[in-house]
Amino acid sequence: MVAGAAALAAVVALSACGAKTDAGGTSDKAAQADVSGDTVKVGLLNSLSGTMAISEVTVRDSLKLAIDEINASGGVLGKQIKPISEDGASDWPTFAEKAQKLISEDRVAATFGCWTSASRKAVKPVFEKNKSLLFYPVQYEGLEESPYIFYTGATTNQQIIPALDYLKSQGKKKIYLVGSDYVFPRTANKEIKAYAKANGMTVLGEDYAPLGSTEFSTIANKVKASKADAVFNTLNGDSNVAFFKEYKSAGLTAKGMPVVSVSIAEEEVKSIGAQYLAGQLTAWNYYQTTPGAANTKFVKAYKDKYGQDKPTSDPMEAAYTSVYLWKAMVEKAKSFDPEKVKAASDGITFDAPEGKVTVDGASQHIYKTARIGKIGDDGLIEQVWDSGKPIKPDPYLKGYDWAAGLS
Amino acid sequence: MTVILGQMFTGISIGAVLLLIALGLSLTFGQMNVINMAHGEFIMAGAYTTYVLQKSISSAGISLLVALPVAFLVSGALGALLEWLLIRRLYLRPLDTLLVTWGVSLMLQQLARDIFGAPNVQTRAPDVLTGNITVIGGDDPLTFANSRLFILGLALAAVVALALTLRLTPLGRRIRAVVQNRDLAEVSGISTGRVDRTAFFIGSGLAGVAGVALTLVGPIGPTMGTNVIIDAFLVIVVGGIGQLKGTVIVAFVLGVLQSVLEYSTTVSVAKVLVLVAIVAFLQWRPQGLYTLRTRSLV
Repeated sequence: MVAGAAALAAVVALSACGAKTDAGGTSDKAAQADVSGDTVKVGLLNSLSGTMAISEVTVRDSLKLAIDEINASGGVLGKQIKPISEDGASDWPTFAEKAQKLISEDRVAATFGCWTSASRKAVKPVFEKNKSLLFYPVQYEGLEESPYIFYTGATTNQQIIPALDYLKSQGKKKIYLVGSDYVFPRTANKEIKAYAKANGMTVLGEDYAPLGSTEFSTIANKVKASKADAVFNTLNGDSNVAFFKEYKSAGLTAKGMPVVSVSIAEEEVKSIGAQYLAGQLTAWNYYQTTPGAANTKFVKAYKDKYGQDKPTSDPMEAAYTSVYLWKAMVEKAKSFDPEKVKAASDGITFDAPEGKVTVDGASQHIYKTARIGKIGDDGLIEQVWDSGKPIKPDPYLKGYDWAAGLS
Repeated sequence: MTVILGQMFTGISIGAVLLLIALGLSLTFGQMNVINMAHGEFIMAGAYTTYVLQKSISSAGISLLVALPVAFLVSGALGALLEWLLIRRLYLRPLDTLLVTWGVSLMLQQLARDIFGAPNVQTRAPDVLTGNITVIGGDDPLTFANSRLFILGLALAAVVALALTLRLTPLGRRIRAVVQNRDLAEVSGISTGRVDRTAFFIGSGLAGVAGVALTLVGPIGPTMGTNVIIDAFLVIVVGGIGQLKGTVIVAFVLGVLQSVLEYSTTVSVAKVLVLVAIVAFLQWRPQGLYTLRTRSLV
């Protein structure tokens, strides 16, 4: 028995070493995708373990759904797509390591994935150095453009600013900011404070908890004592579980002090528990309840593949859409070459579940409709407001005077 | 004023969580000098036990009450097994226990990932524990979260039970004898091997109880043990190794210190300041708050 355990330990140690050696490969050459044969490989890079897995596994599933659908209808340029899935493990250096592995060892034509801005910032130089494409499916803080990244989630003016506009229209003047301690919440809160200053709103406090933190009693106390009108929540991952449990325990309610969240969608609502979240607000571009034939088809296909109890969410929709956008770009370029794909990207459209989306070739972001939703007792999100039409992406907030000093 | 009182309560409730996670460790590390890095994974085992029980018992209240003894037994059995398989061969080599139990902790995390999946899971808290009670009403009410009161009660009950066991029972006397002078205890006819295993069972079982309590606060995941194990070691080391009294006092002091600093600064800064305070304290009193007096030669 002891010998068995020792042998097991040795195996664990060896496999850990094996994973580490993938890190090599620092060629400066442009990555050559392997498109010989009748398949084309794409990389899926998501956290399948760790604090972000609660969110990112659903994105991986959604990417696989899009790939299966495309393969069933004949593939891309006559080739079947073969996904290579890697686990970023909620750890940013691991993301960079796996991105390099996908590009230089698997020789993928494009990579889909990442969720946190920290992971995106970690892989950005890898994709730029190798001249390989990343499709990033999650809303983020803006103030970024990369020639090798397509951003299919919302940028600031398609999510955070509409959310602030909504709060303002509801008479919520005093807000409290709670976020995870890393890139996205800190930058987003800088933008929120600039917005508040220009729009007669007051930010009463700003608190950050380490990513993955589960001790929120003090923050809940501070929020409660601040007597704010609303809370703007940029917590990521399962810290939200602890935060909303504590919020309810402190006697705070959606009616008295609503929380607007920009990083929890249907899947997270389900695992946090609708009883902690009912009545709270979210800002996204898509909900499972968004009307339209494309969405009905997407929701049905997803549930048929992964289970009737599985909800669909905004990042999943953006991920699903990103595969189709890549396909359309490749077909327009008649090539898998990243440079040609990029050149073909401007004006590409797709009838996405969220409605029609269009690629803005200049910023490599897409036009998206902003939607504010209210979480129901059943865990689904009902839209309470939308922007009416897709909003042009403005990652550097050039269209807003108050954003002049941000960078 | 209510803010200060509310914050005091928060500090005490953080202390109660610290106390629960450190209590079992104070027995296995403190009394038996085994650096058990897998203690955090025994906490995780207790949390997953709660999760599994909730799948089969529909009432969240009953499943929580059932989970307390079951998690104690499950984690205790894991601990006793670990002691019997590996640790008993290493009692004179404390640094080796660190390496071995760290390896075991990695295996247990992977095992949890294989069984329950990598994403974290949640349990439903019974309705009575999701609310709060109002201590002072009015415009600026002071409320205490029921879940925190429950954890506080649980921590105090566990301390009392452990203290009474060590003080009053024959088993407790044998444990204390082995701790104070293993050789003398052995020649007096005490089966030190059996005492070790029982103490390990109790210490690990208490980790399981802590795991049940943590399901009320946050998510359950394969790495939840590593998130709390450092705090647990800090409490033990500062409290004085092997000292129940020190563990209790330090857990509450650190909890209150953490919450006060968090309130006046930020969560991350507070963590750094607490660590600085601990380092400074250990410079002044390297043996911790309390020390064990023993006639043992080693």
